[in-house]
Amino acid sequence: MTQFNWSLINFAWLPILPLIVVAVGAMGVLLAGVQVDDEDSGALGILTIALLVFAAVLSLLLFGGRPSVAFSGALAAGGYTAYFDLLVLFAAAMTALMSVEYAADQGLAGAEYYALLMFAALGMMLMAAGDDLIVIFLGLETMSIAIYALAGFMRHDPRSNEAALKYFLLGAFSTGFLLYGIAFIYGATGSIKLEPIEAALSRPATDNALLLAGVGLLLIGFGFKIAAVPFHMWAPDAYEGAPTPVTAFMAVGVKAAAFAAFVRIFMVHLGPLGPQWTMVLWVMAGLTMTVGNLAALVQTNIKRMLAYSAIAHAGYILVGMTAAAAPRAGGAILYYLLGYAFTNLGAFTVVVALERRGAIHDNLADYRGLAARHPFLAAAMALFMLSLAGVPPLAGFFGKFYIFSAALDAHLLWLTIIAVINSVISAYYYLSVLIAMYVREGGVEPAALRTRPALIATLVIAAAGTVAIGLFPQPYITSAAGAFVSALGNAPHHHVVLSR
Amino acid sequence: MLLTWFPILVTLAVAALVVGGMVTINRLTGPRRPSKIKGEEFECGNPPTGQAWGRFSVHFYLTALLFVVFDVEVIFLYPWAVELRHLGMFGLVEALIFIGILTVGLVYAWQRGALDWN
Amino acid sequence: MPLGVFIFLAALAVTSALGTVLQRNPVHCLLALVVTLLAIAVMFIGLGAVTVGFLQVIVYAGAIMVLFLFVIWLLNLQAELRTSPGYLALKALAGLLCAALVAELFTLLWHAPTAGGAQAAAPPGYGSIEKIATMLFSDYLISFEVTSVLLLAAIVGAMALARRAPAPQHASPQAAAADGPARPEGA
Repeated sequence: MTQFNWSLINFAWLPILPLIVVAVGAMGVLLAGVQVDDEDSGALGILTIALLVFAAVLSLLLFGGRPSVAFSGALAAGGYTAYFDLLVLFAAAMTALMSVEYAADQGLAGAEYYALLMFAALGMMLMAAGDDLIVIFLGLETMSIAIYALAGFMRHDPRSNEAALKYFLLGAFSTGFLLYGIAFIYGATGSIKLEPIEAALSRPATDNALLLAGVGLLLIGFGFKIAAVPFHMWAPDAYEGAPTPVTAFMAVGVKAAAFAAFVRIFMVHLGPLGPQWTMVLWVMAGLTMTVGNLAALVQTNIKRMLAYSAIAHAGYILVGMTAAAAPRAGGAILYYLLGYAFTNLGAFTVVVALERRGAIHDNLADYRGLAARHPFLAAAMALFMLSLAGVPPLAGFFGKFYIFSAALDAHLLWLTIIAVINSVISAYYYLSVLIAMYVREGGVEPAALRTRPALIATLVIAAAGTVAIGLFPQPYITSAAGAFVSALGNAPHHHVVLSR
Repeated sequence: MLLTWFPILVTLAVAALVVGGMVTINRLTGPRRPSKIKGEEFECGNPPTGQAWGRFSVHFYLTALLFVVFDVEVIFLYPWAVELRHLGMFGLVEALIFIGILTVGLVYAWQRGALDWN
Repeated sequence: MPLGVFIFLAALAVTSALGTVLQRNPVHCLLALVVTLLAIAVMFIGLGAVTVGFLQVIVYAGAIMVLFLFVIWLLNLQAELRTSPGYLALKALAGLLCAALVAELFTLLWHAPTAGGAQAAAPPGYGSIEKIATMLFSDYLISFEVTSVLLLAAIVGAMALARRAPAPQHASPQAAAADGPARPEGA
């Protein structure tokens, strides 16, 4: 019998090196961690961070690479993949860093905790790299299963159990939609790889109704993952109950990965169908911003408030996707996600700082008078809240600025007006945290920060990033735009998106 | 075309006939004198305690989960076994990586004591 | 697959699927689900996807249903636990939306076969184990290897949530209370 000709699948080591590092690293952490006591899991955390940073360095080297497709069109390599790899690895490393003291203090099982964190990061990287709906689906499942377990990691806390169960049930439900959508698209186009799907769009024989139904189901599946209204119901409970570093990772990593796949599928490859899906996204974006911000106004728990804020921010990013016709929209989304990652990771780190085993201080009332007792923590929180509210010159401001200008480029005047009104509404609840910290009195005494160097490091990195990305946006927006263009370079018919 | 399905129809009919026949004959010919004692759960002659429904240990679930995972592993290896020669060395390496990754899971579960019963 | 066979299998699958949803005893639901899965497996085989059909029997109707059974026992789900909690208006709304979705899908699939490609004959060897092996180990190599990582993540996740907790050394009062008889871990 003849041997199979392996050169046909264009095997390439380079694009999968970061993936291999994270996968092998996760297994190493798992096997090493079994020997370690749960109370001394700090070393495992450091090992995890080192591995993630190593993978990030490899991704950085791949950042400037020529866009290419490897493994028979399963993986796309190039700037877009590397950009999201960096973002996801950064989010995972920061999550590990803020967990170093937290996990040991809470007695979480270190081996599983850090291994699942890395598995989730691996899934996210696959979602960013996937040029094939099956790879994207497998990445999404790897990420989701790891995060479901992480959300329920505080097994003695009923809220954590509730979070894991709700996230799991609704997540599994949404996965069903996604898979059904993939099946429809396969039925309509005869392929599950994104490039043949894009090529099939221009064939008259392609069944449009079946394809659109598939695209619609895909929209629902991604809508769940990014917590867009009306698929957001799980988010507040899951965010509130999950261990706070995991919440941060959900808010930043899961969102970035979901948008990585969402943007690649819709803006890059389904561009020719733009007129159809942007209409749906217009409504979804408007609803998501408005419902998220209005619900955030009345929250008394900071994690719930940040959950609704995360929903609202997903809405702003959806505005960017609705503006797909504008050439600047892709870069704006990527830049937004970067700034959002630094800011949100920082905000959740402050929430972690106030928590100790058996004393969860995650109510807004607990933040009263924080400035007097802990000026550093309060100043950091103030910075992150201002960035989330979109106050110049912080990262959040330029993110919104670029997204809104892209929306105006695409003649989405009304959606931009809704978005601006929403930004104004959101300022109210972000500023109320500042007022609680600086004007009010009472609240709780946070445990000393001095004994928690990793937490301080997380805060400093997040704060520095929030300021730097805002003060000097140019290099970041250039890289983000370049990354998006490189995704178009992976696509055969990119001129369709650019010229529309 | 329909003819290819005919043997299956016959199998179904025979199966239904045998099962239905056994149940019916039993019901027609066997004596039935139910009593409270006869209706009790049989616990080796002891008077039954508690209910037949009891909560199972999570251990069963873990074992079943491990079984499913390795069942799926075997399913993935089955095509490889069929095309072993055609896939050659490259296929062997791929399968070994696949098995290796899952072996990590087995070693981990072993170390964590998921396979111990006490 | 002849139309008669398809109608028989489809009727069997739908009836048992209704049984899965409507019966009160969870074990009966599970048995009905097994019938559904078997009927679908036969359909797969009838459509030429022989391998998928057998996988359906071995993995779904076999292994996964055993897992379901263990979960039912683990949760000690009894018939009386499944009493309806009310929410009649919500149920009516959900039913309406479901009907709308089914109608939409039905309309869609009714029109689908008229489009090109859907009626195209399957290439020779379609659905055979050899074809699947070659695809799985070449074009879908990444997906194949990632599947093992996915399974590993599932093992770790399940172990993390279900394994017996090491005795907490300085548990908070709240944690101790939550560790009461309601959540038996281990035997």
